[in-house]
Amino acid sequence: MEQERVMEKLAILADAAKYDVSCSSGQSTRKNKNKGLGDTGGGICHAFTEDGRCVSLLKILLTNHCIFDCAYCVSRKSNDIKRAAFTVQEVVDLTIGFYRRNYIEGLFLSSGIFDNADYTMERLVRIVKKLRLEENFNGYIHLKAIPGASEELLKEAGLYADRLSVNVEMPTEQSLKLLAPDKNHKDVIKPMQYLKNEIIGYQEEKKSNYKTPLFAPAGQSTQMVIGATKENDLEILGMANYFYEQMKMRRVYYSGYVPISYDNRLPAIGTPVPMIRENRLYQADWLIRYYGFNVNEIVGFDQPNLDLDIDPKLGWALRNLHQFPVDINSADLELIQRIPGIGFLSAKKIVAARRFKKLQPEDLKKLGIAYSRSKFFLAFSSPFYMQKDLTPIQIKSQILNLQNSKYKNNFSNQLALF
Amino acid sequence: MIQLLYDGSYEGWLTAVFEIYEYKLKDVVFAKEEISNTLLFSEIQLVITDNAKANRVLNGLEQRLSHHGFNNLYFAFLSEMGQIEEILFRFVEYVFSSPMNIEGDLSRNEVLNVKKAAHLTGKESHRMKAFVRFKLTKDNLYYAIIEPDCDVLPLIEQHFKNRYADQRWLIYDAKRKYGIYYDLENVSTVEMQFESNPSSRSLAEINDENEEFFENLWRNYFKSVNIESRKNTKLHIKHMPKRYWKNLTEKIPNLNKR
Repeated sequence: MEQERVMEKLAILADAAKYDVSCSSGQSTRKNKNKGLGDTGGGICHAFTEDGRCVSLLKILLTNHCIFDCAYCVSRKSNDIKRAAFTVQEVVDLTIGFYRRNYIEGLFLSSGIFDNADYTMERLVRIVKKLRLEENFNGYIHLKAIPGASEELLKEAGLYADRLSVNVEMPTEQSLKLLAPDKNHKDVIKPMQYLKNEIIGYQEEKKSNYKTPLFAPAGQSTQMVIGATKENDLEILGMANYFYEQMKMRRVYYSGYVPISYDNRLPAIGTPVPMIRENRLYQADWLIRYYGFNVNEIVGFDQPNLDLDIDPKLGWALRNLHQFPVDINSADLELIQRIPGIGFLSAKKIVAARRFKKLQPEDLKKLGIAYSRSKFFLAFSSPFYMQKDLTPIQIKSQILNLQNSKYKNNFSNQLALF
Repeated sequence: MIQLLYDGSYEGWLTAVFEIYEYKLKDVVFAKEEISNTLLFSEIQLVITDNAKANRVLNGLEQRLSHHGFNNLYFAFLSEMGQIEEILFRFVEYVFSSPMNIEGDLSRNEVLNVKKAAHLTGKESHRMKAFVRFKLTKDNLYYAIIEPDCDVLPLIEQHFKNRYADQRWLIYDAKRKYGIYYDLENVSTVEMQFESNPSSRSLAEINDENEEFFENLWRNYFKSVNIESRKNTKLHIKHMPKRYWKNLTEKIPNLNKR
């Protein structure tokens, strides 16, 4: 009987939590202590759902009761759905039971706001505290920081959790006002700011005293819903850039809006999830974080949205043909990374291999580089590979022709006529 | 052609490499002892594993390679890729014949093939850290069965020891018929025979009374976090190839469901 109830709660509260897309479980430094249970490391995806997303953490809400009525949220007050709430002990038992069976890397705990922010946050903290202190659990914990919760509670959360996150949800204040009248950006930015300072403080203190207790060692992250409102990619990436630079965020997640409501302020049910756009945003995000691109190189006022049919790196290259061709036998690593079809691992391989011989097109193919894609941007000195002067449009269409994109169907409107 | 028969261990293979240099053997192929497909018209030489010889080869390699490159060799060996012994030997020959560290010379097949094999094992060992699904028995043992593409148990042992320091566990490789067992102090290698298709009744006798409940909770969770309107079967199968499903609780339908 009891088991059936827990089973039902899990279905409800996992379903309600799944629109929070963060699943990362790496980047923490927590180690197993006193022969307890668990540790953290590089992050492991233990399973993948049928939509292809990684399952790394037990991602649940403590409860889906909520006093707020945010239009984009499935748990909004006015939504007629089944409500449930876990007890503190149930969350602890589920986490430990799953972890011991190697199903998960840890817990991602969020919650609807019941009563008030402090009351909710206090419950979340009680759970992580119990896991850490009573169960000696050293696995990964991602905890939501509830906007409006007191700084004392946020501080306590940071002492036990590996990562904290406050979701900004809407990229601009206007959209937030439109869809979540109870919220404003200030309430969201304030706890982020507090956490940022605490995390920096912890990192400083740790330099002089290695015994300093951990404080959110995996940093903080946030999430923006994409496609529910009319923001362009310039606004979205600009906001993301602000979080990376000003808030020292580890990650910004983009969640393509899944229509869940008949509210006429939002895309209707049945509207496809903007998965391609979401993918392009992640690609752009990667270029900014790992490839040394500046956000202004990827989007700008004259180019406010990312191309959907080609990736942002190819888009940048086509707008900047004057920077090509690049000679991979002599160019710097940073420049090689910018060539479409060559990722940073491939770039490293090229730089290692060219110390032994001048690399030729055959060598690149052997190294697993997408040569058919990169060839438009490469120069080989010997034998000199004469590239006819192609326009950006010609290059684009040649590349599109040779790739069998998973998104092809979305772009072949003309073909559909026949 | 000389066929070198060794015991299948890394040390055995290293001993064989030593003997190739010691006896100046030419035109060799390697074979594991249990494999009986003796090549026609070939001379057979039995290699007896000798740690002193193996260590001399290892020391030579360690001096000429980076830490990473040195470890890659062992990873590549565990890949069990076809003709891996010959692939590795050609790499070793190249290492010993060059005055400088050659592991970056990736346009040479000798180097690239070893890197590829090592990558395969690395990927498989990461996968097994993810895909082990422990079941709890009545006497408090967490056990799991895996069937990895490469021989990864030696590589994942430390990970599980660090993580599950306070529970007894056993991970059994059903393909290679051996397992690793942690007794709360040390990890040891165990050889045993597992029933390949235990009936649900015999499982009920072995397993803890809550085991089935937790398996069902996990299946239920796995189903609940899926977003139907984002269905992407191709990606799902790319990340969780079908050959692993029979040991993944969430991909095995619950047959006892009421």
